[in-house]
Amino acid sequence: MYPDERVVRFIEENFIPVTIHIKEKPDLFQRFHVSWTPTQLILDPDGRERFRVEGFLPVEDFLAQLELGLAKFAFDDKDFAVAERRFRSVCDGRPNAGAAPEACYWAGVSAYKATNDPKPLRETAVLLKERYPSSEWARKASVWAG
Amino acid sequence: MTTISWNKDVDAALAEARTRNKPLLVDFSAAPM
Repeated sequence: MYPDERVVRFIEENFIPVTIHIKEKPDLFQRFHVSWTPTQLILDPDGRERFRVEGFLPVEDFLAQLELGLAKFAFDDKDFAVAERRFRSVCDGRPNAGAAPEACYWAGVSAYKATNDPKPLRETAVLLKERYPSSEWARKASVWAG
Repeated sequence: MTTISWNKDVDAALAEARTRNKPLLVDFSAAPM
């Protein structure tokens, strides 16, 4: 996936990229509790793990996971506007990616957290039921349907 | 073809991340070298 131009551009724009090979630095696998490859971690500038991707993914799914990770990063920092924008980028922009249902769910939560208006939660429940009826995220959101 | 400017020193990269206020993406690999 790294030879893919979209992946290269996304990583260069959004991250300080680091590569660690097990033959060169096995101690770092232990330090970060990595026991399978490929694994990608998103760390904040203080070195705390914020998101983890384990196993190979095709390009669209990989990009969706990276965007999901950045969205969760913003959400955990209570930057709900940025979080919602990034979650929607996956939900609406990559609807066939495996991460899309989860991104739709959290986009709704981000909108709710930013406004205290429950309407985005109800809309999210409807969207997930229509678009991803068999996903666990649709079931999680079903409590909002009213 | 653009390529990724990979760092190999995670602690140096963390210092750069603090300066530039950007997250790190750390790729753990066992691919043939």
